[in-house]
Amino acid sequence: MAMDVNGVSIETDEEGFLVNLSDWNPDVALELAKGESIELTEQHWEVINFLREYYDEYQIAPAVRVLTKAIGKKLGPDKGNSKYLYDLFPYGPGKQACKIAGLPKPTGCI
Amino acid sequence: MSDEMDFEEGGTVKKFMFVNRKAPYGTIYALEGLEVVLISAAFDQDVSLAFVDDGVFQLVKGQKTDGVEMKNFSPTYRALEGYDIEKLYVDRESLEARGLTEDDLLVDVQVMSAAEMGDMMAQQDVLISF
Repeated sequence: MAMDVNGVSIETDEEGFLVNLSDWNPDVALELAKGESIELTEQHWEVINFLREYYDEYQIAPAVRVLTKAIGKKLGPDKGNSKYLYDLFPYGPGKQACKIAGLPKPTGCI
Repeated sequence: MSDEMDFEEGGTVKKFMFVNRKAPYGTIYALEGLEVVLISAAFDQDVSLAFVDDGVFQLVKGQKTDGVEMKNFSPTYRALEGYDIEKLYVDRESLEARGLTEDDLLVDVQVMSAAEMGDMMAQQDVLISF
């Protein structure tokens, strides 16, 4: 599959994850979010940026439990909980947020 | 039967040790092993990792994989702490035989003799070797 962002064709897999992680940029994120029917707010970007930093450092997409804990540490307990993250990403902060952040599907995510 | 019932009650925690014996690249064992470890973290078990023989190379700092065209997944070992996997055991003789010391490794580990490693293995409920 492919989607068009600013005239550039971006390849995605059958689940909508980027094939080439280096294709990602904020405009690609907007397009990926549109496919998920999510309008990105400041709060979404906080999580997306966090995920990209995490991936950059550890080379994996974190498990939801690990993400939740790490977000709590960095952004405060009011954000480091499942309810907050699921409100932002209803289909799961692991799967949906990672997709929009241009990361691979989290390891162990089914 | 009793194990199964305990599991349903969420009561039984088993000691799992993943034993890594192979160099990080050239075969898929090290990467697959690491993925299994990350998945196992979801089940709230008592997980530890052992690194022996060429497996100690998995933890060496400064890996550069451009030449072998494989992803350098060594930074992922540093993520284990966030997964509450903090028991990493390294065989001293394996390190020494390869001219390595604890300072060459990218995570905090417990270096131990073969005899201590043997004791550690004997305490496990499940040993899985990669």
